[in-house]
Amino acid sequence: MPDHVLKIDNLKIEATAYPPGEAPRRVTIVDGVSLTLEKGKVLGLIGESGAGKSTIGLSAMAYGRGGIELTGGEIHLNGREIRKAKGAVLRSLRGAEVTYVAQSAAAAFNPAKKLMEQVIEATVSHGRASRQEAKERAVDLFRKLGLPEPETFGDRYPHQVSGGQLQRAMTAMALCPQPDLVIFDEPTTALDVTTQLGVLAAIKGAIRDLGVAALYITHDLAVVAQIADDIMVLRHGKTVEYGSTRQIITEPQQDYTRALVSVTAKEHAEKTSDQPPVLQVTGLSAEYRGMGRDVLSDINIAIQPGTTLAVVGESGSGKSTLARVITGLLPQKAGQVLFDGRALSRDLKGRSREDLQELQMIYQMADTAMNPRQTVGTIIGRPLQFYFGMKGAALRDRIVQLLDEIELGAGFMDRYPAELSGGQKQRVCIARALAAKPKLIICDEVTSALDPLVAEGILQLLYDLQQREQVSYMFITHDIATVKAIADSIAVMHLGKVVRYGQKSKVLSPPFDDYTEMLLRSVPEMRLGWMEEVAQV
Amino acid sequence: MNALVLKLLVQRIALGLLLIFLVSIMIFLGTQILPGDVAQSILGQTATPESLANLREELGLNVPPLERYLNWLGGVVRGDLGTSLTNGRDIGASIADRLGNTLFLAMWAAIISVPLAITLGLVSVLYRGRWPDKLISAVTLSAISVPEFMMSYILMYYVAVQLGWAPSVAMLNDRMSLLDKLHAISLPVAVLVMVVLAHMMRMTRAALLNVMQSAYIETAELKGLRRASVIWRHAFPNSIAPIVNVVMLNMAYLVVGVVVVEVVFVYPGMGQYLVDHVAKRDVPVVQACGLIFAAVYIFLNMFADIVSILANPRLRHPK
Repeated sequence: MPDHVLKIDNLKIEATAYPPGEAPRRVTIVDGVSLTLEKGKVLGLIGESGAGKSTIGLSAMAYGRGGIELTGGEIHLNGREIRKAKGAVLRSLRGAEVTYVAQSAAAAFNPAKKLMEQVIEATVSHGRASRQEAKERAVDLFRKLGLPEPETFGDRYPHQVSGGQLQRAMTAMALCPQPDLVIFDEPTTALDVTTQLGVLAAIKGAIRDLGVAALYITHDLAVVAQIADDIMVLRHGKTVEYGSTRQIITEPQQDYTRALVSVTAKEHAEKTSDQPPVLQVTGLSAEYRGMGRDVLSDINIAIQPGTTLAVVGESGSGKSTLARVITGLLPQKAGQVLFDGRALSRDLKGRSREDLQELQMIYQMADTAMNPRQTVGTIIGRPLQFYFGMKGAALRDRIVQLLDEIELGAGFMDRYPAELSGGQKQRVCIARALAAKPKLIICDEVTSALDPLVAEGILQLLYDLQQREQVSYMFITHDIATVKAIADSIAVMHLGKVVRYGQKSKVLSPPFDDYTEMLLRSVPEMRLGWMEEVAQV
Repeated sequence: MNALVLKLLVQRIALGLLLIFLVSIMIFLGTQILPGDVAQSILGQTATPESLANLREELGLNVPPLERYLNWLGGVVRGDLGTSLTNGRDIGASIADRLGNTLFLAMWAAIISVPLAITLGLVSVLYRGRWPDKLISAVTLSAISVPEFMMSYILMYYVAVQLGWAPSVAMLNDRMSLLDKLHAISLPVAVLVMVVLAHMMRMTRAALLNVMQSAYIETAELKGLRRASVIWRHAFPNSIAPIVNVVMLNMAYLVVGVVVVEVVFVYPGMGQYLVDHVAKRDVPVVQACGLIFAAVYIFLNMFADIVSILANPRLRHPK
């Protein structure tokens, strides 16, 4: 057997695109990519969305999603050319010699089958072990990956375990057939930082102990720096830079790589204001019907005009619920929300048009927050018509002005959301919120779905708009780097309570409470050996 | 069985009973708002004042509607469906035989069509867009496009008259063996199968294709499983709920909608019975048949709901 597990030469991948209103055309997704992966090594593939990372990863299984075709080059797996291989040959490789860990384990597990059944399925169907052996292996892997009650973990259904546990179970599923190569496709991207650290450490430990080779796909350079031996930086389907992890992190050769390495967003100076707060929440608690326990309890926060409060915490900590209560979507159980000095009605129906206008919201998924059948102009124009009764030329001028403010320009007016990139969509959502001339905008994870460089641009835009318009933000996020960049004050939430609250400088300096310390410690840092320091793998 | 599932099941059953109750009101009202006097419309031109008065008395038309309804409902609950106006026989006894025959016909149509439809659905997904898929679609769609009576007569002409393989009239009696009975009903069963096959097959196909978009199907494909086992082991368990729903809807159709087929083949079932008595304006019989048909519909749909609840792992195994 050759010493390299995977060798890709001059790979070319194409697909047929169907742009709205135009004739279908061929697009090249990956062009001229070559890489080599030796036994027991980890190669990190990194780049923004659309760079072709996942497509290259799946090509190692000779698999193309949708209409994707592997049209050129050679892919050697264990010395055998697989790009032109057909059905039966490919089936004998997939799930046996090469396995796959998907980004969203929650979606990648069959909801109707027990975990054990799914974890051992490939191993048994390829005859790589008997059922009994496979089960023993799976239990071993569950133990190695730090899953609770490894003996009985497999008896559960996917919905009965947490997201982090599912991701570990998926890793166990990939390792169970004892493959030569595992493809990890953003395995920790959907997880909270504290969970991510544990999963990352478990994956690294398992790879090292079993000696398999791995392709590790991510958009987070700090993560891949912890786990990869080599890194390939991709952009627009081409290789930007390919080298050892140490070289990429410490001496990047290309501008793009340098930008990625130093993407840690600018930290703005902390602003304070002695004006009366625009939003003051006192003694707030809330529950969802039928849950029987508070999802928020005794929340006390305030936001000064022209400043940003970052609300930070893991999923399930109550961040978004707090936004739902403030916007009136979920009436509170107790406590008060004062907005600009006046008490807001608990219920959305009881709020005046002025309340609605002055309190706007921007969502995480810009995609689903816009009507796909309306043009950008209609989307931004709607609040102008609704709140200010604008029409005709005045409406048009204001829309153009807003488009200029979000740095898109009048040319975007007649485009549909489907014709925009992720960052552009989020900008349109910002313009729509801004059109209402709000005093406070609640930003719910607005940069979480974006690539780091794009997210940086959005944060900068929000900051500039704040300088100009004196609007306040309540910035909900799980990302500490974002918090550092944009916040003036911070509220750390955990299990429905605010565990730490105050000015940024105070919240982010010691002494810390246990939870805040763990949260800060879990944020991956862009240097080698960080994970070993914090996690003791 | 956990408390949540039990609660949902009890709710469904209670809802079913409530629906039957509401339907009984509607059926009763429906037969009451027929234009004119029921006794008048039954007797028609032969009516004399005496016969009208007698019939009104017999029908209980002199009693207020609410009381009449409660009497009728009370009777139904006790299993007494009343007496037929035209032949004075107990409706319950007449229906028992007929319903048995209809269910016998429906059952055999179901036994053949359900597995066949689901198998064809699975096969067409397996060969999606290739010739087996297109062939299955074309054949089942043509079958459903031809009206039932037409299909019945076509089969009767070729299979019964020309080839002589099956009787053209589906008569049953108690002395026949099961095999004889099956032979007797082979043509109506064939027609019913063709009528319900396409709907169930296409729904199975659509439900499976919908699930085939899921991420866990990609996971299964990347495990190197054969396409057939991806469909059968991973897609099918997740499409049971929509498939059962459409199967039950068609089962209900087999019981309720066989009127035409029963009439064409002179089959002694509920459909024949209903049509005969509608022609004779036998209101109590029409009411009873209506209620039974409604109950069949509601019961089968309730059954589909229950299967959907039990097929959902999130409900069966809560956190």
